Amino acid sequence: MTDTTAPDLADTEFPIGRTCPFAAPAEYGQLRDRAPISKVNLVGGGEVWWVSGYEEARTILVDRRFSSDRRHDNFPMPNGGPTFRARARRQPPSMIGLDGAAHSAERRALIGEFTVRRLTALQPRIQAIVDEFIDGMLAADQRPVDLVKALSLPVPSLVICEMLGVPYADHEFFQDRTTALLRRTTAPQDRERYMDELRGYLADLIRRKVAEPTDDLFSRQITRRRDDGTFDEVSLVSMAFLLLLAGHETTANMISLSVIGLLEKPDQLASLRADPTRIPLAVEELLRYFTVVETATSRVATEDVEISGVTIRAHDGIVVSGLSADWDPDVFENPEELDIERGARHHIAFGYGPHQCLGQNLARLELEIVLETLFRRIPTLRLAVPMDDVVFRTDAGIYGVYELPVTW
Amino acid sequence: MRISANTDVCVGAGQCVLTGPGVFDQDDDGVVVLVTDQLDDEAAVARARIAVDLCPSRALSVVD
Repeated sequence: MTDTTAPDLADTEFPIGRTCPFAAPAEYGQLRDRAPISKVNLVGGGEVWWVSGYEEARTILVDRRFSSDRRHDNFPMPNGGPTFRARARRQPPSMIGLDGAAHSAERRALIGEFTVRRLTALQPRIQAIVDEFIDGMLAADQRPVDLVKALSLPVPSLVICEMLGVPYADHEFFQDRTTALLRRTTAPQDRERYMDELRGYLADLIRRKVAEPTDDLFSRQITRRRDDGTFDEVSLVSMAFLLLLAGHETTANMISLSVIGLLEKPDQLASLRADPTRIPLAVEELLRYFTVVETATSRVATEDVEISGVTIRAHDGIVVSGLSADWDPDVFENPEELDIERGARHHIAFGYGPHQCLGQNLARLELEIVLETLFRRIPTLRLAVPMDDVVFRTDAGIYGVYELPVTW
Repeated sequence: MRISANTDVCVGAGQCVLTGPGVFDQDDDGVVVLVTDQLDDEAAVARARIAVDLCPSRALSVVD
């Protein structure tokens, strides 16, 4: 241990996970106060640099001397590191595991699908999907209704399925597996099996689209890659796996948490209802406040780098805590307060740097439409259980809730 | 004030289009396009400065 390690946290493993349903762990604040970049123990073993300050987080995430290569021995992988490192070494990386020109080529092949213009064109379809699932809630024979099953998960799931060209009829198959994959308590061998099953499913789907192209992202990627000579089924499965997984749980959990957060702040909810043009900025604050993907932003140093008074050595592992950065009081005053008026556009809930979330504007659009429509069509919506009984995903790589009983 | 955009490093996050829709756009491949590079009115300048700060690939800069 180096002298930058906080002695009283010498036995603590990071990330800690939230225990109080809304608050970032107190240890994150303690560490950030002492040193925005500190050495800590990683869950599952090993030491990593833990980046908890906002400025430091952004500085590191744009610096190309920090690599996203998950095949590296020291790339931080909480839980099951050896298993997943071995997997990372035997299958082609998706773009989140690539650096530099290789990353740029993969990302550039996709960004045309996610432009603001393309997403604006999707708006009416997303609105229709949201209305359809809210119709279903209103027609339910019984209350309470589980918002996760009735709205939060099916909306982003159906949207991403239509976009990618994945049959929604198979949703139980991949939703069950993506949820289990993200649970930290799922045994590594089970996660391995779920990954293999999902990859097998996507490989079949891609083969079908090779034989018979349809009007969707996967088919267009097949065509594009065949035209430029880069087509490779296994690489395309890695890309498909990433997009399907990322398009599901993240937005789904943000929808549920946003509903809880706003129901807990009736005055702020009332102001949104009175003036829906405030919703986009409110969504930014909700994204900051919950920062559901806590540690997707890990890196490994490719050379010695001096930053904020510490020297990160070549091959050192680094975990950038987006949650801690988004609760940095130097940047967001009273970060523990949800304040939809604060103007939180500069949060890093979607990461920062060249790997910043590809689907961020799709997520924004889905959140805006869901929140506006839900509270307009069901104005008396409320939790059907006390807050203490809501089961939060304290054991998952993406924060959220497993179910959310609501009534009206 | 003048804005410049480095299309080589743009990663198509689209944050600039959301922040300064009259100034920034994306081509069909998702890469940043400047609708104008000369900003005169104060509100547009303020929005452009936010876009420069938000850009995750640091592709945007204020030239003068």
